[in-house]
Formats: sequence, structure tokens, C-alpha cells
Amino acid sequence: MHWVWLVPLLPLAGFVLNGALALVRPGAKRAVSVIGVGVLVAAFAAAVAVVADLAATRPAGPVVFTYWDWIPVGSLHVTAALQVDPLSAVMILVVTGVGSLIHLFSVGYMGADEGYARYFAYLNLFVFFMLVLVLGASFPVMFVGWEGVGLCSYLLIGFWFDVTANANAGKKAFIMNRIGDFGFLAAMFLLFQHVGALDFVTVFAKASTAFTPGDAAVTAITLFLFLGCTGKSAQIPLYTWLPDAMAGPTPVSALIHAATMVTAGVYLVARANLLFALAPVSSAVVAGVGALTALFAATIALKQWDIKKVLAYSTVSQLGYMFVGVGTGAYAAGVFHLATHAFFKALLFLGSGSVIHAMHHAYHRTHSPEDAQDMRNMGGLKQYLPWTWVLMWIATLAIAGIPPFAGFFSKDEILGAAFARGASQPVWYVFWFLGLAAALLTAFYMTRMMLYTFHGPNRTGERERAHLHEAPAVMTGPLAVLGLLSLAGGVLNLPPLLGGGAWLEHWLEPVTRAAAVHLPAAETAPGTEWTLIVLAVVIAGLGIVGAIRLLDPAALVPARQAPPETGLGKVLANKWYVDELYDRLVVRPLAWCSRVVLWKGIDQGLIDGAGVNGSAAVTRALGWVGSRLENGEVGFYVVCFVVGVALVLRAVLR
Amino acid sequence: MSAVTAVFWIFAALAVLSAVLCVSRRSPVASALWLVVAMFSLAVLFVLLDAQFIAVLQVLVYAGAVMVLFLFVIMLLNLGRGAAQDRKGVIGLTVGVVLAALLFVQLRFLRQAAPPALIRLPDGMMAQLQQQQGMVGAVATPLYQAYLVPFEITSVLLLAAVVGAVVLAKRKL
Amino acid sequence: MLLGDALGVAAVLFVIGVAGVLVRRNAIIIFMCVELMLNAVNLTFIAFAQTLGVAGQIFVFFVMAVAAAEAAVGLAIVLAVYRHQDTVDLRRINLLKG
Repeated sequence: MHWVWLVPLLPLAGFVLNGALALVRPGAKRAVSVIGVGVLVAAFAAAVAVVADLAATRPAGPVVFTYWDWIPVGSLHVTAALQVDPLSAVMILVVTGVGSLIHLFSVGYMGADEGYARYFAYLNLFVFFMLVLVLGASFPVMFVGWEGVGLCSYLLIGFWFDVTANANAGKKAFIMNRIGDFGFLAAMFLLFQHVGALDFVTVFAKASTAFTPGDAAVTAITLFLFLGCTGKSAQIPLYTWLPDAMAGPTPVSALIHAATMVTAGVYLVARANLLFALAPVSSAVVAGVGALTALFAATIALKQWDIKKVLAYSTVSQLGYMFVGVGTGAYAAGVFHLATHAFFKALLFLGSGSVIHAMHHAYHRTHSPEDAQDMRNMGGLKQYLPWTWVLMWIATLAIAGIPPFAGFFSKDEILGAAFARGASQPVWYVFWFLGLAAALLTAFYMTRMMLYTFHGPNRTGERERAHLHEAPAVMTGPLAVLGLLSLAGGVLNLPPLLGGGAWLEHWLEPVTRAAAVHLPAAETAPGTEWTLIVLAVVIAGLGIVGAIRLLDPAALVPARQAPPETGLGKVLANKWYVDELYDRLVVRPLAWCSRVVLWKGIDQGLIDGAGVNGSAAVTRALGWVGSRLENGEVGFYVVCFVVGVALVLRAVLR
Repeated sequence: MSAVTAVFWIFAALAVLSAVLCVSRRSPVASALWLVVAMFSLAVLFVLLDAQFIAVLQVLVYAGAVMVLFLFVIMLLNLGRGAAQDRKGVIGLTVGVVLAALLFVQLRFLRQAAPPALIRLPDGMMAQLQQQQGMVGAVATPLYQAYLVPFEITSVLLLAAVVGAVVLAKRKL
Repeated sequence: MLLGDALGVAAVLFVIGVAGVLVRRNAIIIFMCVELMLNAVNLTFIAFAQTLGVAGQIFVFFVMAVAAAEAAVGLAIVLAVYRHQDTVDLRRINLLKG
């Protein structure tokens, strides 16, 4: 286990090497591929070894490896330390495992790109920061990773930065994340003020005594932490960057904006579960925002035509589910959904990448300027991309929550926990209901996506059709592995009701044990549980069937000729005009303030005008006054002389 | 009022009057002559104050030599009549008069002060000294004994002044 | 004695001299007002000599000598300036300007 430092360091080495290659020899694609994928696979192997060791020894508490003294200032003692415990074990497996598959996929997807080496360098750097985030033993170390993944997200979203829109998307992501980071920082400051330390072991040991359940301090801290989560994990109100982030390469969307970075917020709440359990108001806020976001994003996904945008809003929605889970106190359920979501969402994104790759190739060959990502230009692709088709259907069934696919178990556990909590706090029934409605919509829009993309007549065009073909093995291989995980991933945490041993829940018990004391007991009768399960499955099935019945792929026309949206459809297609609202409320006043008040007013007027030029003018004026004194007239000098004598006499005679 | 006091006040008034006239005349010659009258009056005051030797010196040196020198220079520069704009304007006048009055107010305080009893010598001491050593001797004895060095330095100063005046007044060096 | 009165007269003479220096523009007349001020000071010394010793009169002696020297040199300077500027008006003699 003490080799845990290898896990983040290998990707860092990959970044250094690939970065050097990007600068010196960008054409050495084979070397880049070997290094880029190799370090990830090695890191995964190291992670497996660490987790195996952890499983064998099963220590009571987290194992902390301290490497050096980072910030010894006064009473604050932050060390550069990594922590191995059940939660971080799950995370590193997910990150390195899914990460390796995505790196492998990228070899095929980005193979023709000029910035290949730069891409892999950034991707490796991202994995390094993400591992620091989940392995960090204290809030500041985690924050380093937090910020780092934000940086890499910016670099990768704006990967093709010569297109202004891509650069803007990167900026948007970074800036919105910064708002969340302010929350994280404020929480750290308050935490230090109340507890006096920032490393997890000390904080969680002292939390029960330092805070009384429900008091203002811990509520403030957790709300600030959650602000950070809304930024990083794209919840209301800071979610608008995620759909824009689809401007980056598709594997990036898969890795960062589906499987790993956006789950950092969920990880944070799971890590700080004791604090959230001590602040029931904050937990309710977390669950409420999660539920609302789940439904809200699902409504927008109903009317998106860009295949990646559908998946982006789907991610926002599923992240909402995770927050419902951790907000309710079902931390294991939230983390379970995090893992299963990583599997099927990565599969969905990579599958869409495969589709886009094929569409691009076709349009490139015929020099057509059509949009390769618009579903209205697709259709009937199942005969051209059969593997992708099958695997994406597996992922769709998983995300819809159809048993026995992975998503069914995780989603159901979250909804069950929410319903159970409703017995002691009725507002949770509302959250449960929102989650259920979102499940219906999820099934519907995912089926819609599959129908429009793979079924019905093909709308790509006569000449392009000839060039459509399945992705190479290096791309479909990872898809297959993810497909398997989406299919079988449910075994990780089979509920006792269905005869399982709830492995993940028991595995995470050392982490969640302390919080369990403060949570209301939530047991539901088996009968109610079965009813809920059946209800969830029925709802999901309803969504799928409804989509098949109500939607007619044959009625679609290619994107260029498509009629504009009207009515409610228009509102949904325009994302409920939230971006426009933010622009009006926040961006424009801020820009105005910066330009008029800060720049013209303060910088030019006050600092330049009064400060710099003003002091020069005053000096010149004083100098002019002084120069009047030396006019060479003796008579004037004599007058000054006599005045001086009078003053001296006056002073002396006092 | 004794005779001394009467004479004192007559000549004091004369001194002040001629001083005012000296300051206010337009013609420099007139100013110089009024200054001579003021010096003569001051010489009388000196006599009343038991400084007879100094009084004679005042007439001889000040009124006799210095003022004559002034008149020589005035004549030399042909400034007899006096220019029209010799005095300053209204502002200058006001400033000058105000400042002078201010100074006078402050000097009044000095006038009311008396030297402390410790260093004050008995009345009539001067007269007694003059009787003992003679009028000239009363001044000369300390001059050539206690104040010999200043005396010699003054003579050097006079020499320097002569040389300086000659050099400065030359037309061509 | 006559000390207080003499001091008063001396003060008045001095102030008149100051007023003259401030008010007049002709260099020579200003000089003469300075002489007037010196005379006032002499009167002060003589007045004090009665109570504080003969040193007062000795001082007057020296003052006179120095005043004479100063008058000589000063008038020589006025002459030199007159040769240059052709005036003794103080407003014109402002070569020290700046």
C-alpha cells in the first residue's frame, strides 16, 4: 500500500514525457500513444495492487502517507499526504480503469489530429490531478487536485482553440468553476476556524465535538462546500458550462465530463459525509438541488438535436441523482451510482464518438459542410456501425434503469433511500417524486436518441453513405469492455432484498460509519421496497415504449432543412433560456461595471488621473508657487525678512 | 518736570519728527539732510544719557563723515530731484506700514522690561566713572584694555572696507 | 531714570526706519533708513550703559565704526550697479530673478 504514490505519479510522468514530445517532436505519435496509454494502464495496475492490499489488511481507519511538510504556518499544519481508505480505493479504480479505456479509445479517435501529443499530455495531466483529488488526505491537497482538474478541463475543452467558440467554452467552464472554488475556499477557512485543522483524519475526529448537529457553523461550511460541488459537478445554478464543454474532443467529454471530473463534487460530499450528516439543512439542500437538477436537465435533453448535447444534459441529470443519494445519507448508493454512471456514460460518449468519427469521415470525404453531430443528419446507422449500436443500447438500458443492467440497481437504491427518508422528513417524498419523473424522461430521451441515430431511414446523404463504417478495434475494444461493465456492474452492490450482499456498502462502511449515527433511521418494509422497484421499472419501460410509439424517425429531415422549433419545444431547445438569463443578470452588469466603474472610473480617473497625474500636477503647482517667491526683487525679499523677524520676535517673547 | 526731562523730550520729539521726514521726502538730498538733523538730536540725547564722548563721535563720524559720503554719492549720481515713482503703490505702503506697526507692538514689550536687579549697577555710576577717569578715559580705558582685540579687528575691517570700496567703485578694474 | 523713555524713543526710531526700508524704492534712501535703524540701536545701547556698565558705550563705538565701513562699501556697490543699470530703482535691479 505504500506504493500508492505511484498511482498519481505515473500519469504525471506521462504528462512530462508527452509534454516534452509535444514541444520537441509532435510527430512521434507512436511514442506518445505508448507513453500515454501505458502510464494509465500501469497506474491502474498499481491501483489494483493498492486496493488488493487494502482489502487484505482492512484497517479500521484511513491509512495516511505523509510525504513532506507543505504549509507550516502558525497553528496551520498542512502536509502533502495521500490517504488510502475504502472510498479513495473505489475512486482510483474508477478513474484509472475507465481512464485507461478512454486513453486507448483516444488513440483511434484522435489519431489524425495534429495536436496528438499535446492532447495526451493534457489528458495524462488531468488524470494526475484527479488522482491527487481523490487520494488527498486533507482539504488543501484535495483542492490542489480540484483546481488542477479545472485547469485541465479548460485546456482540453479549448483543445481546438483556433475556433473562438471552443476557447470561449473553455473559459466559461473555468470561470464558472472558479465561482464554486470560492465556496470551497470559504468552507476551508471556516473549517479551520472552528476545528483548527484541515486534514481529514483530524477534522472528522473532531467534528462531532466541535459542531452541534444543525448549528450554523457546520451548515455554513457544508453549504459552501456544496457551492463548490455545484460548480464542479454542474448542478443548478452552475451547470451551464457542461453542455458548452462538448466543444472539446469526445473522449475528453467522456473522461472529464462524464466519468471523473464532474463526479468530484459527489466524492467531496461522500468524503465529508460526517459534516453533511451533522447539518440536516445542508443535506436537504444537496438532495433538493440534485433532484431539481435531475428533472430540469432531463427536460432540456428532450429537445436537443446534437448527440453530445443530449448526453451532456443527461450527465447533469444523472449527477443530480448522485447528489440525491449523498444528500439523503445513502453515501454508498451515491458512490455506487457514480461508478455505474462512469461505466455507461463513458460508453455512451465513446459510442457517440464512434458515430461522430464515422460521420466526420464521411462528410470529410465528400467535402460536405454538414454538422456531423446533429442527429437529424444521422439515422439508420445500425447497419453501418453494428457494434456501436449494440453497445450503446446496452448503455441506454443501463441508464434508463432496466434490470439487470447496472444503472437499475444504483438508481433504484437512491430512489429507495429518498423514499425511506420521506417517512421522517416529508420533503423527501418530493425529491423522490422528482427523481421518478426524471427517470421517466431519461428513458424517453435516451430512447429518442437511439431511435434518431441508429433506426429509421438514413438522412446522411447518398454519397456519404458509402463512407460510413464501423470504428477500428482500438476504439470498439474499450466500448466492449465498458459494455460488459454496464451490463454486469450491478453486482457491485446488489441489495439484500434481491439476494445480494451489498458489497460496496459494506466496503464503504469504515468511511460512512461515523455519519450514520446522526442520520435518521431509514428502514422500509420489504413490501414497500418491492413496490418501489416495480414502479421504477414500469416507469422506465413506459419511457422507452412511449418514445418508440410517439416518435417517428422517418418524419425527420436533415438539419439544414429542419423547421425551427415552436412553443414549449422552442423553450426546451433553448435550454429554458438560462444562459440568456445569466448573461442579462450577471455577465452584462459585470462587464459594465468592469468597463465603466473599474476601468474608466477607478483605473483611469482615480488612479491615473488623481493619483499619478494628480500628484504630478500638485507638485507642479507647488513648484510654481515656490518659484513666485524668487522674483529677484530686493524689496520683496526685505518684506519677507521683516515678516520673519516679526514672527521670531513673537515666538521669543511668548 | 526737571530741565533734563524737558530737554530730553524736546530733542526726542525732534529726532522722531526728523526721522519721519527723512523717510518720507521725495528728494534724496532732503532725506539726507533730515537724517543729519536726526543725528544731531540723537547726539543731544546721548549727552543727556551721560555718553558725552559718544555724542561727539556721533557728530564727528556719523553726521560729519558718513552723511557727507551719502551726499557725495547722491550728487554723483545726479539724483537731486527724485523720481516720481520712488515710493511703492498703495499695497506696498499698506504692507509696509502694517508690518512696521506690528514690529512696534512687539518692541513695546521690550520697552517695559527692566534689567534684573542682580546685574544692575547703582545710579549715577556713569557720572562717577567719568569723574574718576575723565570723559574720554571712561570709554578709552576699557577699550584699550578689555576690548583691545575687537578694536584691532575693527581697524582691519576698516582697511578691508577701504580696499573694497576703492575696487568696487573703479570704472575699469 | 530716562531708561524707559529712551528705549521707547529708540523703538519708535527703529520702526520708522523699518517702515522706510519697506516703503521706499530708491536704493540710497533705503540705505539711509538703515542708518537710521543703526542709530536707534545706538540709542538703546547708550540708554542701557547707564545701568549695565560702560560696555554699552564701547559697543556703540564699534557700531559706528562698522556702520561707516558698511556705508562706504554699500555706496560703492550702488555706484557699480548704477553704472550697469543706469538706475537705483529697486524694481529694476532684479538680476537675482529665477
